[in-house]
Amino acid sequence: MAKTVLPFGPQHPVLPEPLHLTLTIEDEIVKEAIPKLGYVHRGLEKLAEIRDHNQMIYIVERVCGICSCLHALCYCQGIESLMGLEVPSRAKYLRTIWSEMHRIHSHLLWLGLFADAFGFESLFMQFWRIRERVMDLQEETAGNRVILSVNQVGGVRRDISAESAQWILDTLKTVEKETLQLKSTILDDYTVKLRTVGKGVLTKEKAYELGAAGPTLRASGIAQDMRQTGYAAYSELDFAPVVETDGDCYARTTVRFNEIFQAIDLIRQAFSKLPEGELAVKPKGLPTGEVVSRVEQPRGECLYYIRGAGKKFLERVRIRTPTFANIPPLLDMLPGCDLADVPVLILTIDPCISCTER
Amino acid sequence: MSLISTSRVKSPWLIHFDCGSCNGCDIEVLACLTPVYDIERFGIINVGNPKHADILVVTGTVNHRNKKALKNIYDQMPEPKVVVAIGACGTSGGVFREAYNVVGGVDQVIPVDAYVSGCAPKPEAIIDGVVIALGKLAEKGKKVDQGIFERLEKTQEAIKAR
Repeated sequence: MAKTVLPFGPQHPVLPEPLHLTLTIEDEIVKEAIPKLGYVHRGLEKLAEIRDHNQMIYIVERVCGICSCLHALCYCQGIESLMGLEVPSRAKYLRTIWSEMHRIHSHLLWLGLFADAFGFESLFMQFWRIRERVMDLQEETAGNRVILSVNQVGGVRRDISAESAQWILDTLKTVEKETLQLKSTILDDYTVKLRTVGKGVLTKEKAYELGAAGPTLRASGIAQDMRQTGYAAYSELDFAPVVETDGDCYARTTVRFNEIFQAIDLIRQAFSKLPEGELAVKPKGLPTGEVVSRVEQPRGECLYYIRGAGKKFLERVRIRTPTFANIPPLLDMLPGCDLADVPVLILTIDPCISCTER
Repeated sequence: MSLISTSRVKSPWLIHFDCGSCNGCDIEVLACLTPVYDIERFGIINVGNPKHADILVVTGTVNHRNKKALKNIYDQMPEPKVVVAIGACGTSGGVFREAYNVVGGVDQVIPVDAYVSGCAPKPEAIIDGVVIALGKLAEKGKKVDQGIFERLEKTQEAIKAR
């Protein structure tokens, strides 16, 4: 059969965000996929010229609404190292707790959207029902459901009281129990396995060569997790990266599913070790020099390059997000798959287009 | 006529377009569909095809690339239609209004009937915005229905005169 060119997106029922792919298909088999980006590009990095380094926290939080807390954390860590600030240890632990809450809500969100991508709508509803509990935790502790605004240069802006901590631990117990109840549905179901096992295989070599990040990389058998670098309080907590070796959609689902329990465990450890003390130190001086700051987002490694020249305004902020790193592996997975599998494969890298295009 | 205008407001279908949002508003729009808020109990269904939809829910700022896509989706929707702009970015451009690739709020490109403020607005606020838009949908629907019946009468007169 002759080749057909099929536009996929920018407005598509399965995609919450505008991503455009030009698919060349032959007999419903994808031969080539060419991405067209730029539907969400706003030009945030340029805003550093008219917003000073404290106002930029609010801008970088809005790079991505799903992992807003981690963008602000990564940026604040960069500015703190430029100013030579030592963050109080209680602030470090609180940052860890909010980061892991973000990871739980992001992975539950992804599991729901992924179930919706292959038409399992009731599973989508179940995961999002559990996720609302985590959203309540965020609203209770930070005052907003999505954009938390807890990080500031030198520490955090809010505290978690002992009563809140007990309530958070109780709620997490419920979240853990309810997520475990869905384990047999998402990981052992015959129809779900038909759509995921053996689809979109990314070998270990390819994943390394194309520079994949986060769960996409760990599902291919490479144990790389930026939390091992020990930022915030991670150096004092006990954890190991969740790794799978198959590199297909099923392995990526397993990694994200297991990371929910890892995050719950990290929050418990952080609360058990939570020290007393100050929430923030007062920043002195202006950012001078250049720095690369890295954190592990739910989607993978996020990298900030910040250059300051001793002025209020930064010279350059460069943001490299995990989805940007995961697009080359996606383009490697797509050729040879069925047209019906394209939405599943796109969602399997957990795309965050607003991060990618900024 | 009354059946059409009643069912249009009692079971509106909704299309969501992410127009350069940071995802914060998008996940809140999606959260409206899930069991805690569950807008499907009011007959509201999230559809993927603009030709089936009555309400266009737009999140985020408009930029130079996606304004064509937004206009295209709006033009494909059948009359009567209403537009709800979600979040600070959708209403005015929000924190991004001075960025070089941002045109501004949604109303720079298409007419907007209801604005929902907040960054990100809570699902309750989004539902409230949609309900306000439903009132406008009923008004617009009356005009459209009248037009149809006037045209129908004229056709019948023309047939009789033949």
